[in-house]
Amino acid sequence: MIVDLPSTTTSAVNHALIDMRERGGAVALGRVLTLVIVTDDSAQVEQSIEAANEASKEHPCRVLVVARGLKRAGTRLDAQIRVGGDAGASEVLVLRLYGPLADHGDSVLVPLLLPDCPVVAYWPGAAPGIPAQDPIGRLAQRRITDTAAANQPIKALESRRSSYTEGDTDLAWTRLTPWRALLAAALDLPPYEDVKTVTVSGAADNPSTDLLAGWLRSRLHVPVRRRTSPPGGGVSSAIMERRSGRVELVRPDGKVGTLRQPGQPDRRVPLRRRPVRDCLAEELRRLDPDEIYQAALQALTEVDGRNGRRGGSAKGSQPGATRDETRADQ
Amino acid sequence: MSTAGSKAPAGWVNPLLDGRDKRLPRIAGPCGVVIFGVTGDLSRKKLMPAMYDLANRGLLPPGFALVGFARRDWADENFAELVHDAVREHARTPFREEVWARLCEGVRFVPGSFDDDASFDDLASVVAELDQQRGTGGNHAFYLAIPPATFPVVLKQLSRTGLAAPAGDQWRRVVIEKPFGHDLRSARELNDIVNDVFPEESVFRIDHYLGKETVQNILALRFANQLYEPIWNSHYVDHVQITMAEDIGLAGRAGYYDGIGAARDVIQNHLLQLLALTAMEEPLSFSPGSLRGEKIKVLSATKLAEPLDETTARGQYSAGWQGGTKVDGVLEEPGFHDSTTETFAAITLNVDTRRWAGVPFFLRTGKRLGRRVTEVAVIFKRAPHLPFETTMTEELGQNALVIRIQPDEGVTIRFGSKVPGTAMEVRDVTMDFRYGTAFTESSPEAYERLLLDVLLGEPSLFPVNAEVELSWAILDPVLEHWAKCDRPEPYAAGTWGPPSADRMIAMAGRTWRRP
Repeated sequence: MIVDLPSTTTSAVNHALIDMRERGGAVALGRVLTLVIVTDDSAQVEQSIEAANEASKEHPCRVLVVARGLKRAGTRLDAQIRVGGDAGASEVLVLRLYGPLADHGDSVLVPLLLPDCPVVAYWPGAAPGIPAQDPIGRLAQRRITDTAAANQPIKALESRRSSYTEGDTDLAWTRLTPWRALLAAALDLPPYEDVKTVTVSGAADNPSTDLLAGWLRSRLHVPVRRRTSPPGGGVSSAIMERRSGRVELVRPDGKVGTLRQPGQPDRRVPLRRRPVRDCLAEELRRLDPDEIYQAALQALTEVDGRNGRRGGSAKGSQPGATRDETRADQ
Repeated sequence: MSTAGSKAPAGWVNPLLDGRDKRLPRIAGPCGVVIFGVTGDLSRKKLMPAMYDLANRGLLPPGFALVGFARRDWADENFAELVHDAVREHARTPFREEVWARLCEGVRFVPGSFDDDASFDDLASVVAELDQQRGTGGNHAFYLAIPPATFPVVLKQLSRTGLAAPAGDQWRRVVIEKPFGHDLRSARELNDIVNDVFPEESVFRIDHYLGKETVQNILALRFANQLYEPIWNSHYVDHVQITMAEDIGLAGRAGYYDGIGAARDVIQNHLLQLLALTAMEEPLSFSPGSLRGEKIKVLSATKLAEPLDETTARGQYSAGWQGGTKVDGVLEEPGFHDSTTETFAAITLNVDTRRWAGVPFFLRTGKRLGRRVTEVAVIFKRAPHLPFETTMTEELGQNALVIRIQPDEGVTIRFGSKVPGTAMEVRDVTMDFRYGTAFTESSPEAYERLLLDVLLGEPSLFPVNAEVELSWAILDPVLEHWAKCDRPEPYAAGTWGPPSADRMIAMAGRTWRRP
């Protein structure tokens, strides 16, 4: 069911919600969180809602879409409520903000947040410079950005690093989970040897490749090199050198990965690039600070070959970012 | 946290793993599964789809292998087709070609019968070949989806061919399904036969109830909350009803069911496990050892209420109307016409601990009952003093906390509330938590969880020998008593069991809840 409320107020929206619940039996209880999606007023709105609806099958939530429209227009709030079949397991409120109101999305959100439930903010496109200090970001316990969708992904990643605050997370990181799981499982087999060096390759503007390198650096404390592979494929390979040989996970085609280890047959694994809805569902699964992501971000400066910079000699850490002690590079 | 199946040298820690890294799923180490009875319902409807779902979630190791063994003149491709169809039809997660293609690479079929040495030699060489080609590393689980009567011969073959014996740091595990015997003696025999070939820590007994989210949630509900534990004892609890009702009849399973009956089929395993989880003390930790220790303790303290004439009931469904269709009685099933096997069983248990002294546990199960439902209902005592006049509380029942296991998983709390109006009148209302609305429409199937645990070597959710034997020890006197009695009492299909079940609980001064 879709109900449009043009030129309205938040109390009218709340009223309509209760009304719909009583009449249609559209139950809005039992929601576990409020997901705030911040976009501009474009096709992105529908794409994000679709991803959120899919994710809501695992985490029933109230989805508030803040779509910022023309700032030059007069102040106006258009709302649309979707429940039932049009909203997955969630209820979706699309809030279109025009005029000066577009910069005050937080004021519209406050009355519509579910009581006593966590708030998650998600920017599917461009994110604020410092998400934790954004007015909407401040309302949220968890802030999901997507550096891969930014205009300049690597620059955006740099900004995530320098402004990291507990509760930040990024879909470029979420996309890595299957890679990380496979690499971790590969080390769990004999021979149990230390990794000497690491090389990670991926498209030049692919922030996941950088994060994978950062993660390996933060965990292994050995030299990690970032290499560039042709654009379009995301992460293409991760190679860990050990005394007995290489542990290699390569994915040339973006679909199927091959895991090579000395003394073992090659193993092929499905390693498809993950759609946003999977990533979002994973993100909503945990709402506490992700220390592992933080460490991976901080270790970015210690990765060799990122944008031609030398590891260790990269720009020093910036305020708000604690840098891990550099132990290696021997 | 480490991937199971490998034994790392002492002091070696996988640098890429970290307890705080909760995103990382536990992927099973290199391994394969061999299924016996691969053409059966269980295998097609549950096991194979569960394996695909695990693969789809990225939880199976790269190079995973699946071997089918059955008396069919099939090539690998025929078997792959069977798996494909089973997955297509029954898998929970969407079908993805690339996942299937990888899984398919590791699918093998070995034709043969259980008493044929040559086919088991073939199986052994296929398994060895998989270690080479797929890198399964000598780690294999043998899933016996076959009748228990055939266990001895299959186990003997596994032992003869050396398939049951792992070398070095490899593992071999065996998975068996209920029934685990039909009384204490036969359960011990079966355990001996199995333990002869596989040591107890390599035996995984599937009670698929324990793989269900809601069953695991009993532990979370009880031990993660401050709210319930203080009232979870005989001071506040009046009695507990554990029900597993099915709306289906025997429908073709009469051959299997004859001589087994509801008590052996359901009470001995599912219901006593539910009782153990409901009544056990808090484990020191969630380690398999502590959990089992507490379950064994509470099962040891569980005794039948006597005399059995008054504290048990059994029945057979007769023809009737159920949910709008006319159904046959059980005695009209082919081969069942003079059977005394019960299709409904109810028993009364006491848990002799300080916590539960004087609190009866009523367990019932049956086929062709009112509807399909499994639940644990904890019924609380009435408030000791009601400052209301009796007319005001006429419609107030006892408070109840109901854990719904299936369908519509969730928890309901029933309590009294004032009826709107000028008069003070109190009536029962319910507060409802549904799993489906608070989380996961897409929670994993029980078999997914259990299969993964087998591959990871994580034994928490599998009952051990001692639990199985204790359960039989509890149930045996009832079975012996019933064997001496007349026929089970008939009950009309679509009702909630025979009148004797109502008499039984009325003797204890209680009534059955309508689930």
